[in-house]
Amino acid sequence: MSGLVLNNVTKEFGTFTAVNNVELTVPHGTFVCLLGPSGCGKTTLLRMIAGLDLPTDGAIRLDDKDITKVPTHQRELGMVFQSLALFPHLTVGENIAYPLRIRGRAKEEQKKRVEELLAMIHLSGYADRPVSKLSGGQRQRVAIARALSISPKLFLLDEPLSALDAKLREAMQVELRQLQQKLGITTIVVTHDQREAMTMADTVVVMSKGEIRQAASPIEIYRRPADTFVADFIGSTNLLEAEADSAGRVTVLGQPVSGVSLGAGVSKATLSIRPEDIHLTAPGNGALAGTVTFVRDLGGTIETFVDIAGRQIVAVSTPRARPEVAVGQPVGVMLLPDVCVVLAK
Amino acid sequence: MRREAPQKLGDYGPLFFPAMMLIVFFVVPFATMIAVSFFQRQQGGFYVPAFVFSNYERFLSLFFANVLGFSLMLAITVAICCVLLAVPFTYLLTRMARKVQIVWLVALLSVLSLSEVIIGFAWSTLFSRTAGITNLLVMMGVMSEAKALLPSFGAVLTGMVYQAFPYTVLVLYPALVRLDPTLTEAARTLGASPIRAFFTVVVPALRNTITATLIMVFIFALGSYLLPQLLGRPQHWTLSVLITDQAIYQSNMPFAAAMAVFLVLVTLGLVALTVMAGRKGEAA
Amino acid sequence: MTGALSKVYFFLIGVFLALPMIVVAGVSVNEKQTLAFPPKGFSLSWYGEIFLNPEWRNALFASLTLAILSAAVAVAIALPLAWFLWRRIAPWANIFQLLGIAPFTLPPVITALGLLTFWATTGFYGQPWTAVVSHAIFFVTLPLVTLSLGFTAIDRSLVEAAATMGADDRTIFRTVVLPLILPYIVSGYAFAFVLSLNEYIVAYMTVGFTMETLPIKIFNALRYGYTPTMASVTILFVATAAVIFSLVARFGDLPKLLGAMSSDDT
Repeated sequence: MSGLVLNNVTKEFGTFTAVNNVELTVPHGTFVCLLGPSGCGKTTLLRMIAGLDLPTDGAIRLDDKDITKVPTHQRELGMVFQSLALFPHLTVGENIAYPLRIRGRAKEEQKKRVEELLAMIHLSGYADRPVSKLSGGQRQRVAIARALSISPKLFLLDEPLSALDAKLREAMQVELRQLQQKLGITTIVVTHDQREAMTMADTVVVMSKGEIRQAASPIEIYRRPADTFVADFIGSTNLLEAEADSAGRVTVLGQPVSGVSLGAGVSKATLSIRPEDIHLTAPGNGALAGTVTFVRDLGGTIETFVDIAGRQIVAVSTPRARPEVAVGQPVGVMLLPDVCVVLAK
Repeated sequence: MRREAPQKLGDYGPLFFPAMMLIVFFVVPFATMIAVSFFQRQQGGFYVPAFVFSNYERFLSLFFANVLGFSLMLAITVAICCVLLAVPFTYLLTRMARKVQIVWLVALLSVLSLSEVIIGFAWSTLFSRTAGITNLLVMMGVMSEAKALLPSFGAVLTGMVYQAFPYTVLVLYPALVRLDPTLTEAARTLGASPIRAFFTVVVPALRNTITATLIMVFIFALGSYLLPQLLGRPQHWTLSVLITDQAIYQSNMPFAAAMAVFLVLVTLGLVALTVMAGRKGEAA
Repeated sequence: MTGALSKVYFFLIGVFLALPMIVVAGVSVNEKQTLAFPPKGFSLSWYGEIFLNPEWRNALFASLTLAILSAAVAVAIALPLAWFLWRRIAPWANIFQLLGIAPFTLPPVITALGLLTFWATTGFYGQPWTAVVSHAIFFVTLPLVTLSLGFTAIDRSLVEAAATMGADDRTIFRTVVLPLILPYIVSGYAFAFVLSLNEYIVAYMTVGFTMETLPIKIFNALRYGYTPTMASVTILFVATAAVIFSLVARFGDLPKLLGAMSSDDT
């Protein structure tokens, strides 16, 4: 099939396994985010796709061709580095033209392409500026334009927006996604920012300790996390231990709940319930009994902290549905079966 | 491009020329010199291959012990003078505006690059009777009559400190530039005067740097071969001067080579000793 | 330290560094061929003498030729070595780095004597080109140190970026590495050039009997009779060094070259 396929890709540095047995398929034209905490192996994985590191084991295929050992410069890539890696001795235009220049394209063609790309990144007329005279956001755009100047088969970005301030970063995320959709280019972005991944990706690949924990669409990852790590890493959640007896009756934190099933023959599991899915009511009526410990009113949302048997649970509600609670008062926590995600222990 | 160990023979290509040059023109000459130090000297400045220790046996004399002792003493004195002068100087220099620093650095480099011949000539002029500093003092009425200040130990020492001072500053410079300025600022906020802060914070923080610099300047001063000749009396001649003298004027290559080998060993030995002492001091 | 005290200190150091040169400059403009300070009369003829007197002129040309060639050879040795050590992971190759730094660190008499025995043994003693090789080895340390420093200053992601854009090793060297390392090549060359111009003992021991460089000429003049030309040559040398190092400072980052952190990472 066309696209990028990773088979059993493993990278060891001495005795440390940075990437362990990764299987991943990236269909042509999709936008994939490699997401995970620092040290999870996402950058190493990206560098292997770029050929900047060699896998210890496994194969990388691009459009049905094995590129595992193909040198970086023959892979027809575009890559944006975390440091951006703009050449300080070249101007904006010369940076963008670099891939064309070393391929020996005609001067006229280089010039035309640079102008196209500068227009695309809204920096027309900047060709002769030195890169040192640009702002952070402008440098970012130049790095992107340079990576795209040969219309690469793969567009790789390593934490591309990490140097920008929060506001600019959010704007760039939208811009980058729109650009990718317009060009239809296969794109892989490494990030540790889950908001960034949710904003841009078709497929989010959550990694931890060198392994892929889940690869799915952003909403699937959020709604149906594969395990407690993913549930906890993506957004915030309440993780509650649940037990089932032989009759299938479920207790959570020692209190019986109805309507929730852990699955046939499962006696212990963890329930993941997003804060916005927690419904606070009066005590009783099958709700878990707890005590309100703190209320954080952020204006747009209200976070209520509830203590149940020594465990802290967070519920988020909108001002319209402001719960009738007060610190120190007993409260009931309703677990609605359809929002509880059952995760294997 | 991955940074990795060389894969093919061709990857070693860039190393070929430098390695060849350094081996053929540095390692081999060094080995040749060691070999010659065991050769037998013939009449008329020639020598024949042999394996004799007679060149080294000549060290076992009072004269030689004196020369060695004086060389080491002189080099140590120069090193101490230079470090004492250069540490506060370099510290203050690194705290100055960049442009001022650059002017001083250019001046220091210019002096450092001066030939020993030129330094020797300049100081011998400065210490001479007819064109020396004493003429200035006479003009100012401090002295009644101009006089020559050389040859003397003081002249040798002055010349060598002059030669080694820029070197000392440039060795100290990187470490001092990197010294965290908030260290002294912290000491100041805790009530230390600037000079007190310098001695209680900067100097202790730089203890290892200062030791290393002392060694570097010591070796540098050991290498001085002309100043003792131009500014001093024969009793101020150092090992480096004797080596030159034996090699060129006495045409006794084996003995000169033996002394050179000996000088290398003494240098390396002292460096090793100091490094070991420094390690012990740190462990304690 | 307090401002006034440090100003006095800098002034005294400045006087100490400049005084010999002031006296020599004074001596160099004496009208008669006598060593006198303050100068008696004023004449620039001793500067003209450097170029008019064939002996001094030959020495000047010998020194310039030696410095130009030996600095070039020194850079030719240092550049591939520093590049290799930066480009590859080869810990054992650091031995060559050490070999490159040793000649300048050891007392110069040692290197000089080693080369003298070597040239005498191989039968090339006294040939002018042996001085070029000798100086190149003696001063290879300077370009090696500046170039090593220069390579560590190159962000490796620039090289990786060039590779992702399709540049092979050779193209990367030509289009990225070389332009970025060029200022360090120039300063390494400048350091080696100025020091070679001034070097005495190695030149003397290798070609001293067949060729006179300026430092050798000054030394011989010092032994066999004073002439104010020595003073004018000295001033010429100091001025040359100051001009070259000022140029290095003007076009490069001198504090960074001498081991300080980059000026632009504030």
